[in-house]
Amino acid sequence: MKLQGISGARGIGAGTVYVYTQEEICIDRTPIEEAAVAEELHKLDDAMQTTIDQLTEVKAKAAATMGDAEAAIFEAHIMIAQDPSLLTSIRQAVESEHKSAAEATEGVIESFAAMFSAMDDPYMRERGADIRDIGDRLLRNILGMTPRGLAHLSGQIILVADDLTPSDTASLDATVVQGIVTASGGPTSHAAIMARTLAIPAVMGVGDSSALRTGEQAVVNGTDGIVLTELSDDEFARYQEEGARYRRVLQTMKESANLPAKTKDGHDVLLFGNIGKADDAAKARELGAEGIGLFRTEFLYMERDELPNEEVQYEAYKACAEAMDGRPVIIRTMDIGGDKELKCLALPKEMNPFLGYRAIRICLSEPDMFKTQLKALLRAGVHGQVHIMYPMISSLDEVRRANALLQEAKDELAAAGVAFNGDTPVGIMVETPAAAMIADILAKEVDFFSIGTNDLCQYTLAVDRMNERIGQLYEPLHPAVLRLIKQVIDASHKEGKLTGMCGEMAGDPMATMILLGLGLDEFSMSATAIPMIKAVLRSVTVDECRHMAAKALTLGSAKEIAAYVTRIMTEKGIEL
Amino acid sequence: MCTMIQEHVTITNESGLHARPATLFTQLAAKFQSKITLANGAKQADAKSILTVLTLGATKGTELVVTVDGADEAEAMAAVKEFLTTHKD
Repeated sequence: MKLQGISGARGIGAGTVYVYTQEEICIDRTPIEEAAVAEELHKLDDAMQTTIDQLTEVKAKAAATMGDAEAAIFEAHIMIAQDPSLLTSIRQAVESEHKSAAEATEGVIESFAAMFSAMDDPYMRERGADIRDIGDRLLRNILGMTPRGLAHLSGQIILVADDLTPSDTASLDATVVQGIVTASGGPTSHAAIMARTLAIPAVMGVGDSSALRTGEQAVVNGTDGIVLTELSDDEFARYQEEGARYRRVLQTMKESANLPAKTKDGHDVLLFGNIGKADDAAKARELGAEGIGLFRTEFLYMERDELPNEEVQYEAYKACAEAMDGRPVIIRTMDIGGDKELKCLALPKEMNPFLGYRAIRICLSEPDMFKTQLKALLRAGVHGQVHIMYPMISSLDEVRRANALLQEAKDELAAAGVAFNGDTPVGIMVETPAAAMIADILAKEVDFFSIGTNDLCQYTLAVDRMNERIGQLYEPLHPAVLRLIKQVIDASHKEGKLTGMCGEMAGDPMATMILLGLGLDEFSMSATAIPMIKAVLRSVTVDECRHMAAKALTLGSAKEIAAYVTRIMTEKGIEL
Repeated sequence: MCTMIQEHVTITNESGLHARPATLFTQLAAKFQSKITLANGAKQADAKSILTVLTLGATKGTELVVTVDGADEAEAMAAVKEFLTTHKD
């Protein structure tokens, strides 16, 4: 069975479900006698002191296990508990309305929490949960109940709760809790923030979590926001292994994050990030990207009634170039086809959209639209190292026509007196077998290549990888694909030009050694894969990789190649 | 003699008066004897009460009216103003 929620923290975790429920708080709502007021106030003061003592202890514990940022939450909780307006309001309700300390606390906490919940800012809305957390603690102390907490858990646990408060998670042991599922809350909830801090895979807001029962096995896929149950033992074991691998990789990532992408024999390798929005550039930098190898510009065309104008595009490209602070940024011109519905560009539905009217083919027949994008790119080149890349090239003629339009764009900008970078490098995606086969000819016309392995693989192997019945035929390590890659790299090097790769294969650690051995100059991938690929690079030498690539090219099938790679990596002690 | 001072102050902190900065802010305010009140439109807060400060919902760019009344009002106003316009968190 599958529950869908929102990704709270990435990664896979497998374990036994523990549904976290609380002993319910029961409040006696009988008005108190005048004579009992003093006693109730005394009870309140004691409980408040206990609450502050507990919070101080919890804060110290959080500082030790989760760091100062987490501890700061409890500092705020202590401040709230000591807040004069809180205590005064509760005391007033006891004195003048003759409510019990518990009932008065409940009412005052709820009115403050409601104020927060009504606020516009999602962060502040979530803070209502902090107030309720303090109120809950205070109430339990007034009523002499045990405080909340998760310190008693052991084994490999998938923690399921309606939501988790800082009090709950302060005592949480990250080696025990393999995954977190909450029924309510989103990516800014306390539970999600804490899960990311502790790198525990988490899925938030699944709605009804009653299907998850204590004692059953479950898998949390925090990356996709999915919870799986009712798995066979084999499936469960597989996810457990995947979870364990994820944690090892995280460890490796932590260790390699600030180290250079250099092989054991001192050869520098360019590791770049693939991004879909300018905002993602900063995150890619944090994960170690030394450049952007693929900036997809499709987002500019999505959910928009009109085509994006030059200014809108210029701002986006400029933002990305500036975020990368002088490092290379390869921006791909519009790559859209009939498989996507666009409001701003009516594309007819096609039988075979991947063999149809798409990408550069559209751009060349809509020269005004294309030139608008090219102008924005040329102008953004003033603010950083912008590179232009044409997708879906299958002939020399297309490159020449695109370059002719680029020249027109330059001429028009020059005539208008607008600043632009006339030396902006221009490259192509090599993603059709046709482009790969004539790479030697194309290399003379462009400044660089970037191999798009997703499409190259799909076109070379004639496999639609979305088709479940033949999905297993989609093999990036297929000898046909590897040979084409070698041909492309060799052709570019002959002209003194570089070849990068921006398909998923570039971020697949199984392919890293072979690609390096084939001479690939730049690897561009989803930024989260960078630390892992870096870890592989740092444990090999270029000579070993060359030897390995040469051997792999003599093997007859993807399976044999994969087995060979696995054997070498195991020998070298490289964990994936 | 009854005096008080009032000034308009615009929040510059990127995350506004969120939990962490609000904690520090109320700790600062508590050091003064004067009564310090913040107003964001119709919403009013006692600067020494973190709950009321948080419920102002003050984000970056929010203009607050700060009113200080008491023996050390000049120092209090200066300190409060400095925090609201320079604190980064």
